[in-house]
Amino acid sequence: MNLTLKIWRQNGSSDKGRMVTYRVEDVSPDMSFLEMLDVLNERLILAGDDPVAFDHDCREGICGMCGMVINGVAHGEQKLTTTCQLHMRHFKDGDVITIEPWRSAAFPVIKDLVVNRSAFDRIIQAGGFISVPTGSAPEAHSVPVPKADADAAFDAATCIGCGACVAACPNGSASLFTAAKITHLGLLPQGQPERESRARAMVEQMDAEGFGGCTNTGECTAVCPKGIPFDTIARMNADYLKAASK
Amino acid sequence: MSLPGTYRVGEPIRDTKAPEGPIEDRWDKRRFQAKLVNPVNKRKLTVIVVGTGLAGGSAAATLGELGYKVKSFCYQDSPRRAHSIAAQGGINAAKNYRGDGDSIYRLFYDTVKGGDYRARESNVYRLAQVSVNIIDQAVAQGVPFAREYGGLLDTRSFGGTQVSRTFYARGQTGQQLLLGAYQALERQVAAGNVEVHTRHEMLELIVSGGRARGIVVRDMVTGEIETHLADAVVLASGGYGNVFFLSTNAKGCNTTAIWRAHKKGAYFGNPCYTQIHPTCIPQSGDHQSKLTLMSESLRNDGRVWVPKRKGDDRAPGDIPEGERDYYLERIYPAFGNLVPRDIASRAAKNVCDEGRGVGPGGLGVYLDFADAIRRMGRDAVEKKYGNLFEMYERITGENPYEVPMRIYPAVHYTMGGLWVDYDLQSTIPGLFVIGEANFSDHGANRLGASALMQGLADGYFVLPTTIGDYLAGAGSFGPVEEGDVAEARKAVQDKIDKLLSVNGDRTADSYHRELGRIMWDYCGMERTEESLRKALERIPELREEFWNNVKVPGDAEGLNQALERAGRVADFLELAELMCIDALHRTESCGGHFRAESQDADGEALRDDENFAYVAAWEWTPDGPVLHKEELNYEYVKMTQRSYK
Ligand SMILES: Cc1cc2nc3c(=O)[nH]c(=O)nc-3n(C[C@H](O)[C@H](O)[C@H](O)COP(=O)(O)OP(=O)(O)OC[C@H]3O[C@@H](n4cnc5c(N)ncnc54)[C@H](O)[C@@H]3O)c2cc1C
Ligand code: SF4
Ligand code: FES
Repeated sequence: MNLTLKIWRQNGSSDKGRMVTYRVEDVSPDMSFLEMLDVLNERLILAGDDPVAFDHDCREGICGMCGMVINGVAHGEQKLTTTCQLHMRHFKDGDVITIEPWRSAAFPVIKDLVVNRSAFDRIIQAGGFISVPTGSAPEAHSVPVPKADADAAFDAATCIGCGACVAACPNGSASLFTAAKITHLGLLPQGQPERESRARAMVEQMDAEGFGGCTNTGECTAVCPKGIPFDTIARMNADYLKAASK
Repeated sequence: MSLPGTYRVGEPIRDTKAPEGPIEDRWDKRRFQAKLVNPVNKRKLTVIVVGTGLAGGSAAATLGELGYKVKSFCYQDSPRRAHSIAAQGGINAAKNYRGDGDSIYRLFYDTVKGGDYRARESNVYRLAQVSVNIIDQAVAQGVPFAREYGGLLDTRSFGGTQVSRTFYARGQTGQQLLLGAYQALERQVAAGNVEVHTRHEMLELIVSGGRARGIVVRDMVTGEIETHLADAVVLASGGYGNVFFLSTNAKGCNTTAIWRAHKKGAYFGNPCYTQIHPTCIPQSGDHQSKLTLMSESLRNDGRVWVPKRKGDDRAPGDIPEGERDYYLERIYPAFGNLVPRDIASRAAKNVCDEGRGVGPGGLGVYLDFADAIRRMGRDAVEKKYGNLFEMYERITGENPYEVPMRIYPAVHYTMGGLWVDYDLQSTIPGLFVIGEANFSDHGANRLGASALMQGLADGYFVLPTTIGDYLAGAGSFGPVEEGDVAEARKAVQDKIDKLLSVNGDRTADSYHRELGRIMWDYCGMERTEESLRKALERIPELREEFWNNVKVPGDAEGLNQALERAGRVADFLELAELMCIDALHRTESCGGHFRAESQDADGEALRDDENFAYVAAWEWTPDGPVLHKEELNYEYVKMTQRSYK
């Protein structure tokens, strides 16, 4: 099929940026979205133009590195899908596709579709861990974990840190990402001793990074490729309030 | 320059630093003998760790916690994205929670045997010992492993083993283990012990006074070339399977860090040892940029088959039972669909070569869950493998609950890498190599679920002990010579300038694809003297053409992904030649390395223990590679021909 792409081009964070239109021909329905961009880039390089910069690595939906807003939706319209796992069979011959980077004050654009998501790492640094020095861990079976808790913790633990939730949120909130980690660790017996201090520190860091507040619009879960449940945010708020009231 | 395929033989490697005595006591002995660094001095010592995967992430976190000053580097935007994140199936550990007869000794035994007797006994025993601590560590960090209703950890069995010793976290074991290590790492960043440099690519090693003392990196955002100095350097930069272009590796996986170190004096061990994974989604066209693995755990319940008749192109559902060949069950009745990877991969290739492959191009076999769905019910299958089925459908557009999956072998993991001794130190003093970047403890053919184990064993437990012994002497290392730094920086700068100035008419990716094709056809699952000689003719020509005709747009400042890629391809073009030379000289088959000239009457791989029971450690010299042999001795596990029949 033949497509028209409108891609956001921006040379560094101080550049203003603009939409540029490209045509790509002979796109096969079996290609992934990123493979389609590879084809475009190969042609741009040979024509002496600057290829479009975009982030990616695993190309199997797990590293969280890829991410772009496709036709106005983070990672595109396909539910529970990262950009790298989106295939061209979901598009039609002659389609016009707009492609933009994540937009959030806390994620400055580096170039074209590449943004800086280091703020997420700093939220984890604030407390997104269980303090356990190497070599001093107790026997794994010394603390049984009810299967239901383990499963719920797992559901939250699958967040890939892609940032789609932030990109989709009208307030640019990082609540879903932060809540996912707080829920993952807070549901396990190992995570209890630091549960409240963790919630407090992570929420405060999130605010310090310039992410907006959560007003329950739910846009985050709608685009989250891993289906992180919305109620994790309520859990985060509860833990935070408990910690803050002490 | 040497003629293609020729090499010289140098001095053998005599000392691997493994302690003597009973195998159970060797690691304890080494730990006791290792010199300790006093806590006040640790703060004054800097260690560079390149890579933030399971190996590098766990090492940097542990070294930071021990009190060293650590500088960590990765090319992604966050340490959490290292390629380890993609591992699906699980991690082995000799916990014997099932009471099914597992033990440290058995894990050791299975791994040496599964490695086709091309791994070191001392190392593998240590790996099995430490495996137990890895699970404890991960659980304490909050890694949500699968659990039974009683709250205890669940396990499953994996290809090549008959005990259930694989711990898993749905189909995302690597992700969960990596997040555990990443969180431990970020905790050390917060504590001020570790500095993480993301989007920084190591392009050169700094050797001064005969020791590894630093690295040269490019800041991938600004383009700036930076120097970082240290008392020791740890490479945890992963495997080089992407030399084949198509592999299950992440797109950014490369050989640059270890290849540069190799050219600075670190020996390269067993470069031709490539592990082929039997259950990948077949290639769908020329645009394809990578292959996706379907976890091997699927073989626990799925049955592998092809039509009995050549060229039978009926839909799978229209082929009656009697006209199907469940070839693994037929040829290997004892293990059936659970034979080790090398065996399953070769068997698939053989039936496809016979013309019985399925799907476009005939490069595929069925992995069928119809029986499992009948036996366990669709719900149970969905619970166990749901996310894998979804992934398959997403990529192929076919529903595997209704039609059998199609799978084909693909390059997955590289067992070669920089040669290291028992302490994980390379032949350059002060350069340590861990995880997939080293030549690993697994030898010719690794069993599933042991790479994660090796990465974490190295990073959490082994390296932090052995590097201390080296650093205890750091006071006497002397300053880093300015000339050595300048030389390393110049090498980096020259290479970048050259890549940008060629301005030819082919992209780096097109060379990479062509190289990959040569490697897969001539040095892939099956090799012959003739195919390897062909590759050895073609690779130097391709390399020459690359340097005269590659087109790299843009400049050295700022983000330039085409430049990053071109630099990696340039290194692959050199490594590929060494891989072929290694493959050519090893005129035996073992595990994933199948030399067609060396097979038994049944077509199974035929090892030659008399002549090849050694690690091939290659030294780089300007006039061609020099081979140093490290003899392998088996005191505990008797070498026998592997048989899974
Ligand atoms: C799809 C898939 C599934 C797998 N499943 C399993 C499984 O179930 N069980 C199992 O045991 N094994 C599995 N493996 C194998 C296993 O995942 C890897 O062998 C292992 O994770 C490698 O870990 P590592 O830490 O050595 O390297 P990696 O995780 O590859 O990390 C490499 C690091 O080095 C950095 N790096 C590389 N080059 C440079 C450079 N030049 N400069 C700066 N940084 C650099 C990268 O940024 C990254 O941080 C699987 C592999 C794949 C591909
Ligand atoms: S919560 Fe979902 S959308 Fe947000 S970072 Fe995690 S995986 Fe991405
Ligand atoms: S590239 Fe890893 S999630 Fe898309």
